[in-house]
Amino acid sequence: MAKKSKKNIVLMQGNEAIARGAIAAGVNFFAGYPITPSTEVAEILSIELPKNGGKFIQMEDEIASISAIIGGSLAGAKVMTATSGPGFSLMQEGIGYAKITETPCVVVNVMRGGPSTGLPTKPSQSDIMQTRWGSHGDSPAIVLYPNSVLESYELSIRAVNLAEKYRTCVILLSDEVLGHMREAIEIPEIDESKIIKRIKPNTPPEWYKHYPENPKYISPVASIGEGYRFHVTGLTHDSFGFPTNRADEAEIMNDRLKKKITHHLDDLIQVEDYMMDDAKIAVFAAGITSRAAKEAVRNSRAKRHKVGMFRPLTIWPFPEQMIRDKFKDVKAVIVPELAEGQLLGELKRVLRKTNIKFYPIQKTNGELITPDDISEAIKEVRK
Amino acid sequence: MKIPQKRVHKFLRHGKKFPHVWCPGCSNGIVLGAIIRAVDELGYEKDDMAMVSGIGCSSRMPVYVDFNTLHTLHGRALAYATGVKMVKPEMNVCVVTGDGDSTAIGGNHLIHAARRNIDLTVIVINNNIYGMTGGQYSPTTPTGDFATTTPYGNIDPVFDICKLAEGAGATFVARTTAYHVVEAQSIIKQAFEHKGFSIVEIVSACPVIYGKLNKKGDAPAMMRDMKERAIPVKAFEKLTPEQVGNKYSRGILVNIKKPEYTAEYTKLMDSLQPQKGDK
Amino acid sequence: MDKFKHEIRLSGSGGQGLITAGIILAKAAVIDGVNVTQTQSYGPESRGGASRADVIISNDEFDFPEATKFNALLSLTQEACDKYSPNLRPGGTLIVDSTFVKNVSIMEGTIYEQPFTQIASEKLGTTLPTNILSLAFMVKITNIVSIAALKEAVIASVKPAYADLNRKAMKLGFDLADKNKAEV
Repeated sequence: MAKKSKKNIVLMQGNEAIARGAIAAGVNFFAGYPITPSTEVAEILSIELPKNGGKFIQMEDEIASISAIIGGSLAGAKVMTATSGPGFSLMQEGIGYAKITETPCVVVNVMRGGPSTGLPTKPSQSDIMQTRWGSHGDSPAIVLYPNSVLESYELSIRAVNLAEKYRTCVILLSDEVLGHMREAIEIPEIDESKIIKRIKPNTPPEWYKHYPENPKYISPVASIGEGYRFHVTGLTHDSFGFPTNRADEAEIMNDRLKKKITHHLDDLIQVEDYMMDDAKIAVFAAGITSRAAKEAVRNSRAKRHKVGMFRPLTIWPFPEQMIRDKFKDVKAVIVPELAEGQLLGELKRVLRKTNIKFYPIQKTNGELITPDDISEAIKEVRK
Repeated sequence: MKIPQKRVHKFLRHGKKFPHVWCPGCSNGIVLGAIIRAVDELGYEKDDMAMVSGIGCSSRMPVYVDFNTLHTLHGRALAYATGVKMVKPEMNVCVVTGDGDSTAIGGNHLIHAARRNIDLTVIVINNNIYGMTGGQYSPTTPTGDFATTTPYGNIDPVFDICKLAEGAGATFVARTTAYHVVEAQSIIKQAFEHKGFSIVEIVSACPVIYGKLNKKGDAPAMMRDMKERAIPVKAFEKLTPEQVGNKYSRGILVNIKKPEYTAEYTKLMDSLQPQKGDK
Repeated sequence: MDKFKHEIRLSGSGGQGLITAGIILAKAAVIDGVNVTQTQSYGPESRGGASRADVIISNDEFDFPEATKFNALLSLTQEACDKYSPNLRPGGTLIVDSTFVKNVSIMEGTIYEQPFTQIASEKLGTTLPTNILSLAFMVKITNIVSIAALKEAVIASVKPAYADLNRKAMKLGFDLADKNKAEV
């Protein structure tokens, strides 16, 4: 066999790709706590960050980890932490704090089987709803979920970018198989122009508002130690950041948290549409399960069956309008997931006004849904 | 001589932040004054000061001072402060916390911040009760005392905050009281100057809740109690166990030098930089 | 070139170096310039317990990263052999370590039974490179990657202090395969 390997092609693990993506995006502070199957992200960043002018710290638990990165972000760093189910549960209070204080940060959750300690070394997709509703109170959510090593790299950069741009906690999902999987990838050249940097205020400190009213809901933000001496609190606050009990001010704050997401759906939502144009049967899958779905769809297309796959790369905000548009001629949708109907429930909500039939495939035993599982379902649906 | 009150004003946030939330007779204002005077004496710029707190009565302090202020979650102030200090080691980071915030929900963060010897200055205002939620018992509520959740008397043994911090590796540990306000100011100043993890426990009075539940009298009575029971550390060490009774020591209990965490990390980063001439 | 897709599973128990062998095989495929994924499954413990590594190598597009029907299966324990050999493809290759695997029965395909662990112990004085020895055997038998690529991948993956040992292990594996090929 002739050698045709390219120089830049390397065999890389999913978790490593997330860590490399973080470095490429300019992450310079990471705090974390060991947990399978996310630990490689921390291990690689503990090597790379101090070599690249960044800092790494292993905290005493996951609560401390998310707290430390939020503190670091407020001090001006681009920050990340990585964990899995049990740690992600502990981080919920910090995630809520990052959201109400509008502090950029990225939390990586490499999903494993649950509930509780569950299946530490097996994949799952059962944290989908926790990423949306895990922290108490209404709050915005930006959640991304890749399905390959290359995409883990790309979405890691994107997660950091979106966190900085929208001043919120962005969650990057992965799963045990994706996180530990190795694939040959060509690392893209870093395009500095695509790395988002926090917009700094140019107002005099006495005029500075940490949460100004802005029609686009995106505003410049100062860091601790830059002369602005702002106040940050997890209490509901006014435009300066000071606690308030006033209904009008509470409304403005909660409105901004919501609208900074809903006003930018085009920028936030990414999906993969594979052969959906004339599809009568659709497979709706995300993350690792979409790899099986795509293979089953490809095999089915080889038999000239009108089957397509729709994959959200952005899980939240859920791509509602795109789904409604793409599913206009779809008669049946197969929803494979390593969970008990989390994606299914959301899809049913979005498509409630249609006559589309739903065919769930759900596995929570730690094994993957295979292309054969999905092909069987396609066969069943076609009957 | 400048009028002390005017000097304090420079460091306060005016406008809608006052009046403050603290009850009449609460020691928190005294501690706030001591911190501000210590910062003023040290000549620290307000821009270089970060005050981080958790949840509780004492943790409301940051909103009143014109520093970089961070009011975080219950027990977590030290973890947030660790992040701030790691990213901006040049900042003077002060953590204001209470007995419940620092030793119950935040106990894990306290021992690990102390263990790392990260350069944070921690002021623990110990009023022996959860005041913000109306008077539940904390890890420092004396055994036998009453709280809304110890209606039959507290059977829990108490934490000695200073011993806890010392055992965990804190390199500067001190205790004083809200009555000994000049000493408090001086100790806080030394705590700020200390390179490493410093913790100052300030025994304080909560006459409205703890005092009332335990018949400790009014605020002046509780201050007199501090005056009588808090014994300078050198004198305290000479007391026999019988003489100690319910007395406690005040002053600087630990003051040692050890490598500071952020400085060590900076060294580590420097050691990884390619040497000149290397490619 | 004809399109091909090889699904390979390396199976045994934790500590036998199968995940390392899987990564090396995947690196060799990268050197050969073909598409590859490598996945693994293991228990919560880092030693003992069932462990497996899957490598899929193809010159065509593919998506699902786990091996489901194996073109080649290596089993270093009886448990792994019993569990996975039923999913060998018709015409596939089953390679077992006869040091531990005593009963083998498959419907179709070719079986190679070699005492890899014992050979490593006797010829190299250590069982550590059993993974490399058996991987080299598999590669020589099946041609899933080129020999040159495997050699390069092994040397790139092991600590310099162990390079010689692993070279020897590879050679043992290759020679053993040549002998067996001749016999078949």
